[in-house]
Amino acid sequence: MSKRPELQAPPEVYYGVDEARKYTQNTRVIEVQEKCTERALELLALPDDTCALLLDIGCGSGLSGETITEQGHMWVGMDISPAMLGTALEREVDGDIMLADIGQGVPFRAGMFDGAISISAVQWLCYADTSNHKPAKRLYKLFMTLFASLSRGSRAVFQFYPENDSQVELIVSQAMRAGFTGGLVVDYPNSSKAKKIYLVLMTGGGGPLPSGLQGDGGNNNQALYQRRERMKQIRSGRQPKRAWIMQKKERRRKQGKEVRLDSKYSGRKRSDKF
Amino acid sequence: MKLITHNMLTSKGIKNVKEGFPLKIQADEVKNVDIDFDREFISRMIPKLDWNALTFAAQCVGHQEDLPDTLPEGYENDDDLLKKLHHILLEVEVINGCLECPETQRKFPISNGIPNMLLNEDEV
Repeated sequence: MSKRPELQAPPEVYYGVDEARKYTQNTRVIEVQEKCTERALELLALPDDTCALLLDIGCGSGLSGETITEQGHMWVGMDISPAMLGTALEREVDGDIMLADIGQGVPFRAGMFDGAISISAVQWLCYADTSNHKPAKRLYKLFMTLFASLSRGSRAVFQFYPENDSQVELIVSQAMRAGFTGGLVVDYPNSSKAKKIYLVLMTGGGGPLPSGLQGDGGNNNQALYQRRERMKQIRSGRQPKRAWIMQKKERRRKQGKEVRLDSKYSGRKRSDKF
Repeated sequence: MKLITHNMLTSKGIKNVKEGFPLKIQADEVKNVDIDFDREFISRMIPKLDWNALTFAAQCVGHQEDLPDTLPEGYENDDDLLKKLHHILLEVEVINGCLECPETQRKFPISNGIPNMLLNEDEV
């Protein structure tokens, strides 16, 4: 069975009491969430030294909210799992939380928030849990209502874990349809573990998209597409062996692993003597 | 639920609801919490607030605290008013009760301070 929680049960069922507690006590989860939230806040590019009002989409047990509070901002969170919100209450988070389905849109008046963040939540909308759920429609509803409830010139940053490229395409295209500008920022594209994908959305004005950490600047989709190209080549079987080995060595070098030097012998067959 | 959230919250997610604002509050249990006063945040929030909805909400939870009927001019320098607003917006929390859509009378229960804004599939 797949390890992806999205494939196992709808979010309000998957994050039951047990899973909510496990999730919130796991030090690795806490650390990852904290890092993602810090990076998301950085990408929001809020003005310095002012207390902003933020929306946390899929706030869960308030792990991301705590980082927002630490950085001196106010937040309102929404989540679909009552158990996660219950854990948030136990932990006495500072934000105001509510039970809501982000696929039904964000229920707020126009222009209220100075920004929005979402940590590891929006990929849940790519799955249809009941027969009347239509992923594209629910994503559009979220982005459309979010666009309205943000103040002009503010941003929304979604960190998410897509299962495949078509999910990335689905999410980005619905966000653009709702009127946002912006795009993907990929941090650590060469590492399968540390790689994080952020969708940075801007409401008008905009400006250049920030570049991903340790990326090649500007061309942040590189890792995604490089992998897709490589898989295509492997499938079609026309990949020259030496080039493939060189690519793999380069990749491991970028990850900081120990790699043998390249030479004219790299990728050659051993002679018959062996 | 804090009243600052109420001042933003609408029920326009329901099919055929145009504005869905302001939601009526029926408060069964209200709690006061302590939060540090941030003068700048409050004065920056004021232009975004819907004043009528705020006085209406304050009335619903029984914390009218002689708020003026309209927003007085020069509020940035009125420390007294800012403190009052800070209290009403951030420190008063509705713990149990419900919210009511002004157009459809659909009720959204609030329990443990968490409003349940989930809609049924046939309402979307």
